[in-house]
Amino acid sequence: MKGDRYAYFPGCSQKGTAVEYGISSRKVAEALGVELVEIEDWSCCGATPAHTVDRLLSGALAARNLATAEKMGLATLVTPCPACLVASKNALELAQDDESLKELNELLDLPFKAEIQAKSLLQIIFEEVGVDALAQKVKKPLKGMRLAPYYGCLLTRPPERAQFDDPENPISIDRILEALGAEVPDFPFKTECCGAAFGLPKRDMVLTLSGKILDMAQQIGADGIVLACSLCQQNLDLRQGQINSHLGTNFEIPIFYITQMIGLAFGFSSKEMGLDRHAVHPDKLLKKWEEKLKE
Amino acid sequence: MEILDLASIDRDFIKAVEEESGQDISLCYQCGNCTAGCPYAFAFDIPVHQIMRLIQVGQKEEVLRSHAIWLCATCETCTTRCPRNIDVARVMDTLRIMARREGMVSEAGIRRFHDDFLDSVKRHGRVYEVGLLLKYNLQSGRPFADAELGPKLLGKGKLHYFPENIKGVGAVKEIFERFAKKRGL
Amino acid sequence: MRIGVFVCHCGTNIGGTVDSHQVAEEAKQFPHVAYSTDYLYTCSEPGQQEIQQAIKEHNLDGVVVAACSPIMHENTFRRTIERAGLNRYMFEMANIREHCSWIGEDKEANTRKAIELVRMAVAKVANNVHLHPSYFDVNKRVLVIGAGVAGMQAALDCAEGGLDVVLVEKKSSIGGRMAQLDKTFPTVDCSICILGPKMVDVGQHDKIKLYTYSEIEDISGYVGNYTVKIRRKATYVDWAKCTGCGLCMEKCPSKKAFDYHNEGVAYTTAINIPFPQAIPKKARIDPKYCRQFTKGKCGVCAKVCPVGAINYEMEDEIITEEVGAIIVATGYGLMNIEELGEYGAGRYPDVITGIQYERLLNASGPTQGHIVRPSDGEEPKRIVFISCAGSRDLSLGRPYCSNFCCMYIAKQAILTRDHIPNSDVYVFYIDIRAPGKGYEEFVRRAQEEYGAQYIRGRVSRVYPRGRHMIVKGVDTLLGTQVEVDADLVVLATAATCAPGAEELAEKLRISYDGYGFYIESHPKLRPVETNTSGIFLAGACQGPKDIPASVGQGSAAASKVLALFSKDKLESDPQIAQVDESRCIGCLKCAETCPFGAIEERELRDGRIVARVIETVCQGCGLCTATCPPGAIQLQQFTDNQIIAEVEALCQAWKERSSG
Repeated sequence: MKGDRYAYFPGCSQKGTAVEYGISSRKVAEALGVELVEIEDWSCCGATPAHTVDRLLSGALAARNLATAEKMGLATLVTPCPACLVASKNALELAQDDESLKELNELLDLPFKAEIQAKSLLQIIFEEVGVDALAQKVKKPLKGMRLAPYYGCLLTRPPERAQFDDPENPISIDRILEALGAEVPDFPFKTECCGAAFGLPKRDMVLTLSGKILDMAQQIGADGIVLACSLCQQNLDLRQGQINSHLGTNFEIPIFYITQMIGLAFGFSSKEMGLDRHAVHPDKLLKKWEEKLKE
Repeated sequence: MEILDLASIDRDFIKAVEEESGQDISLCYQCGNCTAGCPYAFAFDIPVHQIMRLIQVGQKEEVLRSHAIWLCATCETCTTRCPRNIDVARVMDTLRIMARREGMVSEAGIRRFHDDFLDSVKRHGRVYEVGLLLKYNLQSGRPFADAELGPKLLGKGKLHYFPENIKGVGAVKEIFERFAKKRGL
Repeated sequence: MRIGVFVCHCGTNIGGTVDSHQVAEEAKQFPHVAYSTDYLYTCSEPGQQEIQQAIKEHNLDGVVVAACSPIMHENTFRRTIERAGLNRYMFEMANIREHCSWIGEDKEANTRKAIELVRMAVAKVANNVHLHPSYFDVNKRVLVIGAGVAGMQAALDCAEGGLDVVLVEKKSSIGGRMAQLDKTFPTVDCSICILGPKMVDVGQHDKIKLYTYSEIEDISGYVGNYTVKIRRKATYVDWAKCTGCGLCMEKCPSKKAFDYHNEGVAYTTAINIPFPQAIPKKARIDPKYCRQFTKGKCGVCAKVCPVGAINYEMEDEIITEEVGAIIVATGYGLMNIEELGEYGAGRYPDVITGIQYERLLNASGPTQGHIVRPSDGEEPKRIVFISCAGSRDLSLGRPYCSNFCCMYIAKQAILTRDHIPNSDVYVFYIDIRAPGKGYEEFVRRAQEEYGAQYIRGRVSRVYPRGRHMIVKGVDTLLGTQVEVDADLVVLATAATCAPGAEELAEKLRISYDGYGFYIESHPKLRPVETNTSGIFLAGACQGPKDIPASVGQGSAAASKVLALFSKDKLESDPQIAQVDESRCIGCLKCAETCPFGAIEERELRDGRIVARVIETVCQGCGLCTATCPPGAIQLQQFTDNQIIAEVEALCQAWKERSSG
């Protein structure tokens, strides 16, 4: 809701390979009156590697940030990153058990009460701000852009944990893009997995899976893919060249963060939204859009 | 094909998987939905539903030494669609933890990636992406893998050549150390 | 008093973990016990003879049998002592099997407990009094709710047996699900061809009073004397005048009304006769789509109707009928296809349900039996069937099997290959359930003669690619993922309880399970009875079942009603509540708690208000007894005094044991 303050957890990649996700998230939140208070001296949530080692370790790494946010007196942790979100939710789920909460606290310096909740920035924008409020702020509608909405695996699954949108046919990004004025076709692969964190150890798997997603986007005639996950963006954008050489394709599909598209429609420049930081340049699409806007 | 001696069912293993994962393995009726929807099945040595079946017949070695459990990316497709309400992804996670503990990890590369990742977190409080990439690729004996990605990242504020430690790096390190002590590692 | 105790071994069922002989010996010490013995099978003929003999020889006036649950044999032994001249209520059963021998392995502890149970039963009999049933008249008319094949069979059998039948159907025509089907398995008979004659018989039978497009509003009363209020919903057509000529349908300008009979695969007109063989063949207006109702003007049907049957002002009407028994045959529903999000169900037009496919196959269906894709009207060449779509699915809250899907899929696979010989048919299944006569052979024919490709495994996802639906599944026998590029996907969606099943059960005061299916009195031995006397079940309202099983139950329920009505007077159970008017303070809390409406207010001559129990309505549940503040209302055979006597006997046993 407008005026609410949220404990903001950017996640490691927002400081590195997904720097533009972090920047656009902050600018869009500000424009919407969503106050993001960065968690002081936050640390890594542990992501996938931690939970293959031990649930307790994984929980404790995420809990350190949740505990800091609780100390800051904030009721909701908000993160743009689905992996960080899942790590936070898993820690909170583990802490439902009194014995586990005790164990978590044994590993932490700060007291962890597990009274906070965790949500994605997308959920805040979709549920708390709402598409109507978004539409009112649109200065430059995304006219003529045909965008494939892509959610990936973790945002809405499993439904018991996600408590957000529909696990099989999520619509939040669809509705937001529609509110921004874009054309949103049915994207059958909106929840398929891109290959996740296997970029380093099993690159070929990522190239195969991400390639399928790009292929489907091309088949439905999408000008670009819009998503809400830094890892998905990395696999689909940064590795698009590798995919092309691996599969013998010549995809040239720009991959956007949802916050970047909101920002563009709100009138921020493509540079302000960090579109120049992508591996696949969206210049062609942007030019087409600018022309359409002039009409 | 070898004959499976049905007397070899390791009931302690079944119990351990059930306790650690919080899932009732006997619920599985082998419909195969987990395999049908798994995006990674093409790379698996044993399909997911057969992993579940092997747990049901207590074949510890075969399960824990499988590559499949490491090629699972926890995308939750299986869990979301399981008609028996089994959190299959959680079972796979449990099997990875057990395989580590028992020294039966068949995918050394993935384990090392996870170890390097956590090592980076332990050292700096956050993941230092460049360091992780270099260290992992060097140890894998392919220092130039992904080298072509460099120019795509260069000058875009995406690469940091030196790690930036957080202030509370000590507290993060403590989490690892207290954890190691607790588990007697 | 002189009480006899008979302790059963029930072979090793009791004897294995209870020392029955010792129990009988100990019982000899209890007050009033004049005779005590044990026997291998007390319920057997010699066992019962021994009881009768002992009653005579030892001059007994009360009997305790320590054996199994009274649910099993209370009536057996009551008749036994009655034959020996005792009042049947001077009897108690101590349940030393279900409550004792079957639940513990410690023989000594079990024996001790058995002795205590017998001691309580003896104390109870010592406080029992003679009770006598009263008799009341029976109204020999029967209400049948639901005119699908089960309800129709029940109605016809009752009517043929000479009973007057009131048949109530929710839809505007009788016929139910079977009227929607194209063919039936495993004989591939034309469904409406074999159902049609039955429908005609029902429509023309002078003993059957038919209310279609009607629902049960309220039911009161008890076995032999039910009062039923029926809501005849407004059809906006005077059926006394309507000839079913169909002219209104031809001229109706609102052509996009939802077609229930065709399960939405086609549209119908706002005024319509659901199908050509409908009985009664009368038109009805669907006000949701009729322009006269939605826009306030049109009136085309009223203008064209040659007999002036249209009446836009028509209102629902409540009719009261008196009957003596009720047969519930309300059938089943189907789950909402949209629950299956992973199959794109409800979003993609070429993913349909089995019943929708049935309408496409049907010669009198919207496509005259030509199979076409809903999206573009093209003939599909590759058709995929997915079984257990929502059945056997814990995650969707339906762990049960829907019973008939395996068979209708086999049938539809066969018919598909008949209609489109060059088509490819794929069936994904988890298990094939074909236990009926000729069923297994039929499923084999689908595979062997008709070449349907059966794939053992489930489908995880269905999504569109171009003009096709990609079906992504698994072949678990091969252990591999499989994909089919299909033109049409048919889901065998789960059978559910009929919409409104729970509400109707509450009105009827019968029990239902967690899924809304009605619970029979005994799953094996009383399959069509309910625990409310005079109310019977038939067909899929009790659980998903196919046509032969439904018809069988329809006949079975009818025979139960005919047997019930073979007596002119019914006996009422004397084990009911009774008000001591001198203690009643007239608060009527009992009337509020009574779930059967069996308590009414009564004014005494001195103007005092007291409660009165309507004997025939009271079911003897005892709720009122527990509610009554001054303890003025007592359940006969379970009075406070009788229960306290049992508790005292138990306390006495414990006292004796603790004092050594």
